[in-house]
Amino acid sequence: MASLISDIEPPTHLDPSSTDLLRKKKRPSVSSGASARRHAASGDSESHARWRSEKQQRIYSAKLIQALQQVRHSSSSAATSSPTAQKRGKAVREAADRVLAVSARGRTRWSRAILANRIKLKFRKQKRPRPTAIPAMTTVITTGSSGRSRKRRVSVVRLNKKSLPAVTGKVRVLGRLVPGCGKESVPVILEEATDYIQALEMQVRAMKSLAELLSGSGSGSAPPPI
Amino acid sequence: MSNRRSRQSSSALRISDDQMIDLVSKLRQLLPEIRERRRSDKVSASKVLQETCNYIRKLHSEVDNLSDRLSQLLDSVDEDSHEAAVIRSLLM
Repeated sequence: MASLISDIEPPTHLDPSSTDLLRKKKRPSVSSGASARRHAASGDSESHARWRSEKQQRIYSAKLIQALQQVRHSSSSAATSSPTAQKRGKAVREAADRVLAVSARGRTRWSRAILANRIKLKFRKQKRPRPTAIPAMTTVITTGSSGRSRKRRVSVVRLNKKSLPAVTGKVRVLGRLVPGCGKESVPVILEEATDYIQALEMQVRAMKSLAELLSGSGSGSAPPPI
Repeated sequence: MSNRRSRQSSSALRISDDQMIDLVSKLRQLLPEIRERRRSDKVSASKVLQETCNYIRKLHSEVDNLSDRLSQLLDSVDEDSHEAAVIRSLLM
């Protein structure tokens, strides 16, 4: 599959958007990021393990805290009336997702989609033309074609001709839930969803423990508002 | 619209059954609802996909709730920022 070659390309597309994020916070580990990406290309079981690792969660938490502080500063420095709680929750959510996408280092379509959304907003503000879309032909079917050994037990019922339309319909619904996968092919959606779920699980774990940390130390000295 | 649809169905046809099953069983292993079952129990691909959608929605709403909670907590930490510094040093 020639499309595998373009696997190496995507990170460059991120550069305009994420440099300011990456440069400030991620300088030291850029080289390790490149090697991690290469690993991920060779076998995604490693990348899946990555989301499960404690180290990854720590990195994510640290980045999240930095992003949250920016959210706080920007909302408190705004001269306008203080933003509603709903708005701030949304800002936190956006920051959390953006940081998650940065943590994925552009290996996956869903993360590129999250970051691309961000660029679109930026460019719209500056009234410049939007960047060209991220190439559509990346990492197609890395599973099948990379010939990874199928050591996992097959625990799914074989498909028959009748069930196939229903299954593809469900995959389409799934594609709408994974960022950037609304128009992707079935194998891409399944692959991306596999990675995205694990990233989300890590995000939830990290945000939970951060919330616990904050509420634990917050209740000690300062009474909660209201 | 019709154009998109036809492209999608043609791409759906390109995937082999084996590939599909391989990908779906990978998803299956991530789903708490199904993971607990015995491995010998076969689950339909359709069921796995349904559960996958449900699980992603659940995770999304968890992230939403946690975001709201964190933004509230940020408010309470706002006043003395040394707490934020303490937390950051814990995580670094």
